[in-house]
Amino acid sequence: MTSSSGAELVRRTAAELADALTAGDVSSVELTEAHLDRIEAVDGAVHAYLHVDAEGALSAARAADDRRAAGTPASPLDGIPVAVKDVLATKGVPTTCGSRILEGWVPPYDATVVARLRQAGLPILGKTNMDEFAMGSSTEHSAYGPTRNPWDLDRIPGGSGGGSAAAVASFQAPVAIGTDTGGSIRQPGAVTGTVGVKPTYGGVSRYGLVALANSLDQAGPVTRTVLDAALLHELVGGHDPMDSTSIDRPLPSLVEAARRGADADLSGVTVGIVTELTGEGYQAGVLQRFEEAVQLLVKAGAEVVEVSCPTFVHALATYYLILPAEASSNLARFDAMRYGLRVLPDDVPAPSAEEVMRATRDRGFGDEVKRRIILGTYALSSGYFDAYYGQAQKVRTLIARDFTAAFERADVLISPTAPTTAFRLGEKLDDPLAMYLNDLATIPANLAGVPGISVPSGLADEDGLPTGVQVLAPATADDRVYRVGAALEALLAERWGGALLDRAPELEPDHRDKE
Amino acid sequence: MPEISREEVRHLADLARIDLSDAELDHLAPQLAVILDSVASIREVAADDVPPTSHALPLTNVFREDVVRPGLSAEEALSGAPVEPEQQRFSVPRILGEEA
Repeated sequence: MTSSSGAELVRRTAAELADALTAGDVSSVELTEAHLDRIEAVDGAVHAYLHVDAEGALSAARAADDRRAAGTPASPLDGIPVAVKDVLATKGVPTTCGSRILEGWVPPYDATVVARLRQAGLPILGKTNMDEFAMGSSTEHSAYGPTRNPWDLDRIPGGSGGGSAAAVASFQAPVAIGTDTGGSIRQPGAVTGTVGVKPTYGGVSRYGLVALANSLDQAGPVTRTVLDAALLHELVGGHDPMDSTSIDRPLPSLVEAARRGADADLSGVTVGIVTELTGEGYQAGVLQRFEEAVQLLVKAGAEVVEVSCPTFVHALATYYLILPAEASSNLARFDAMRYGLRVLPDDVPAPSAEEVMRATRDRGFGDEVKRRIILGTYALSSGYFDAYYGQAQKVRTLIARDFTAAFERADVLISPTAPTTAFRLGEKLDDPLAMYLNDLATIPANLAGVPGISVPSGLADEDGLPTGVQVLAPATADDRVYRVGAALEALLAERWGGALLDRAPELEPDHRDKE
Repeated sequence: MPEISREEVRHLADLARIDLSDAELDHLAPQLAVILDSVASIREVAADDVPPTSHALPLTNVFREDVVRPGLSAEEALSGAPVEPEQQRFSVPRILGEEA
């Protein structure tokens, strides 16, 4: 195929590509090759991928083409390439979690999400970059170097899932999988002009997802459209007996909700603006685009009310006690004995297992991971447990109660997704607290387990960079975030005369010599 | 502001089995103090009668049938070992003190 048609193919949505595959206009091998070519051309500049599995992807694409030819596609997205965040175990394909401690580790099993992607016939293009063990909001804490924002290569793509968001935003994958513990799908979505969904906690299996904080982690779709997110969510979601926290009932119909939302009729829907998630601390351009989005929802027939969730102001503090506590415990498994890095301490003859463990964890973990492990160890240590971790668990209850009360008044809640647009690489790297503030608006949903979507809301006037709006719904009502998200997307596309990403700068193909 | 001394950080790193250098301790201790200060407000928020939440989803006792199902082979389970396995076992450094 010619390079121009490849360049055109990678810009299409997954839903459009699925139609083209069904019609026989294009093959999965052509699609996969077009994306591999795009990766070759631009990922030198973006660095969205940590590992590209061309051979595995093409072999899956050939199998998909055979199924399509036989009239037995495995799923609506059979043959559509996908990228997977490097925190999900992929059998036979390296999985590093962005950490030196797992450099070169090849898992002997697939995460359930990955197994479902394979069963559904999606060729896996590769593994995407992330902050080490998903700790960060900029992807700068990756041990393998940062990912760059396709809108401005000097800026961060958000995090921790900056790789998945940047891959999708720079047309290096039509769709991707991310994970969201405090905003790691939604915040990168907002700052790259893409769509990201954090499903209800327990809605997508965590089996094979390397745990950061078990009670908060949730995998979900990273895409360019709300409909694509719904298509992907339906494939990977639903009950999994391998995850004891998995919800044992069917998902609501998400694709149907996204299609219905695209009609942009929200009459009968009450939308609540959360007082505590807007205003002070939010960039002017972010607020401006948010207020316009609210006006569009009114135009679509929604009733808009203001709701107060007073304990949300304590969500960040609650999160930065619960998350490090769980992380310090989870990351104890990296002990240099069974897999991953093993470092022998310098100048210690015949070191003990414990000395090897200490040396390995010092060398293998980066700054942010050490900070959080030590913070978690502190919060869990005797004498401090009740004052910190115990209190945080109680405030978590109050945050969940605030959501319950708010959802008695509104069907969905909305806020800006992130307080600012993408900042410059290095700007907040050595100021942990400033970095943590990026997740101000996204964290409450993780603490309460409710679903949330981020959809692009435009470009901030002051810097011309993407902004996002977040829609939250009660637990297990993921269909509502798709309906309202799709309505907003349709109304904004009508206003803009196309998708936001059409306005992203063209990336120069990388002409450097390939090794 | 909650005080956290360099020695306390060293002790916590010890509990967490991380061999921090002096330079790392100098860097981390003040950062941890700032973070702890920012989360300290949490201590006054909830009344005593508020129950703690450990999980977003109220699920208890998730059981499965106790039946044999395929698992990893020994070779697969050992495939990520940092050093060559011996006799189908992980090879580890000494676990006892030298005097033992």
